[in-house]
Amino acid sequence: MSHNVQTPQGSQRPPESMVSAEPSNRVSLGLSNRVLARPEVGALVAAVVIFIFFFIVAPAFRSPESFFTVLYQSSTIGIVAVGVGMLMIGGEFDLSAGVIVISAGLVNSMFCWWFGVDLWVGALLSLVFCLLVGFINGYLVMRTGIPSFLITLGTFFILQGANLGVTKLVTGSVSSPDISQMDGYSSLGKVFSSSFKVGSVTVWGTVLWWIAFVALSAWILQRTRIGNWIFAVGGSSPSARAVGVPVLRTKIGLFMTVSFLGWFMGMHTLYRFNTLQSGNGVGNEFLYIIAAVVGGTLLTGGYGNAIGVAIGAFIFGMTSLCIVYAGWDPNWFKAFLGVMLLLAVMVNLYVKNLSTRRKVGLA
Amino acid sequence: MTDTIVEHADQHLAKGESLIEMDGVGKSYGAIRALRGINLTVNAGDVTCVLGDNGAGKSTLIKIMSGLHPHNEGRLTVDGNEVVFSSPREALEHGIATVYQDLAVVPLMEVWRNFFLGSEMAGGRFPLAGLKIKDMRRIADDELRKMGVVVKDINQPIGTLSGGQRQCVAIARAVYFGARVLILDEPTAALGVKQSGVVLKYIAAARDAGLGVVFITHNPHHAYLVGDHFIILKLGASVLDKKRSEVSLDELTAQMAGGDELAELSHELGR
Repeated sequence: MSHNVQTPQGSQRPPESMVSAEPSNRVSLGLSNRVLARPEVGALVAAVVIFIFFFIVAPAFRSPESFFTVLYQSSTIGIVAVGVGMLMIGGEFDLSAGVIVISAGLVNSMFCWWFGVDLWVGALLSLVFCLLVGFINGYLVMRTGIPSFLITLGTFFILQGANLGVTKLVTGSVSSPDISQMDGYSSLGKVFSSSFKVGSVTVWGTVLWWIAFVALSAWILQRTRIGNWIFAVGGSSPSARAVGVPVLRTKIGLFMTVSFLGWFMGMHTLYRFNTLQSGNGVGNEFLYIIAAVVGGTLLTGGYGNAIGVAIGAFIFGMTSLCIVYAGWDPNWFKAFLGVMLLLAVMVNLYVKNLSTRRKVGLA
Repeated sequence: MTDTIVEHADQHLAKGESLIEMDGVGKSYGAIRALRGINLTVNAGDVTCVLGDNGAGKSTLIKIMSGLHPHNEGRLTVDGNEVVFSSPREALEHGIATVYQDLAVVPLMEVWRNFFLGSEMAGGRFPLAGLKIKDMRRIADDELRKMGVVVKDINQPIGTLSGGQRQCVAIARAVYFGARVLILDEPTAALGVKQSGVVLKYIAAARDAGLGVVFITHNPHHAYLVGDHFIILKLGASVLDKKRSEVSLDELTAQMAGGDELAELSHELGR
């Protein structure tokens, strides 16, 4: 019996408590690991690869003019995608984000045309209308507990049908009336769809607005209390509620942000083209979602960032135009987009696994 | 180790003053009556232990106190005013902090963001004010070290921590933000012997600092080490409600193990 007391490992084993409580247990992560952990890395790599590819195969792409045209094209998707990305980080979808752009323009133009009032009145009315749609989306999702996919699929069809139906009633055709001679057209045009020349390059105001919205979104997500709440309600909404995060307000605010940016884009479309086709906008909601997912946003919420979503939108703008610059059949664009989406999802999964695994082992 | 509690405790707490009072409180979820006729008082400087088996209504009881679910029978009085909490935020505003059984953490968020979630430190009151990220990282790290937990990287997602470490983050957070009442739901369930000891020391320290503590557990040994008042729940009702002086550890253990039913069973089995 007595020889059991002198077990060999008794004296050799290091005291465990020392190991776990020592500051030397700290790991400072290498630069490569810290970079890989960021959501937008996959998208950035893809953007660079696609950029180099088209730079080689599409000679027409190699000018500053076409680069800024690409930026304009990206901004038309990117502005609403800023909101959609934040909403997806917050764990929800908005399928009505594509058609609300057209609804916003139609409310403005047809209200003013019918009653003959200043276009500014209609623009404000349209803003109120869009915020209300966003509020209803958010309120219904939160109060009924029905997934946002279904609720916003409903609003998507309602808006799509109403766009066509009301336009037909008011104008007798599927396009909205010409408003270019009405009061306020030129001043609103300056705000929403102006452009200026720098040398031979045309810079659209929407590109600057886009950059501003992305910067604001990045600041909100990373550096403010509201950003913390957005990640929390997307990552685990019961936990967020339990520690005092106002879940209802945060989510409704996100839906309203999307519809606000939809309104903004609607104003741009209206004051750039002056008439709108009431059946347009359908399908754009998926482009916003693709931009967000390609940019590293997790489909299930709680992960992503604003820069990634912007890069996602840039990839969209670049490929949609560069296929034309390269002289290819533009019909291939959608197929390409699908491939991009699949690749992005797989890269994101890989990067996410890599970034969570490295912390368990010693880096 | 326990100076945090003293620093953050409400300075106006008077020992023995009643912080939370429940009078005939009950809760039904649809047709299911999870809790009925609960009378309970949480006094400043006292540890109230709530014991009971799975499904006895312990969690429902603390969900009412922490604001997660409103009660629909009886009266809940906090600091002398009758209240019906509609959200945990309201409870937190009364200085009531809770360590939930599921810990209420967001796995993909950094440790320090989880620590301050819902009570972030910002540069101002306006919505877009910048967070004081450096201060928050330092405080979260310091508070965890005081509990003997050194995480590899305070910026790592909390989902990469072990269960025990996550539990410690949840406890450290509640201790840091709970100024008047601290509610702990099975805080020692996922912990080893040593860290359970640390948690019990925290409970004792909170009591000494004048906080009211509600300690939910199904370990009567842990309860008896720190408790001043014991309540045993069974099927949503209170079956034992005694002060420390009126009850022994054996009696608690026997009641927890099945109490009278066990005695009857042993009589029937007759060995």
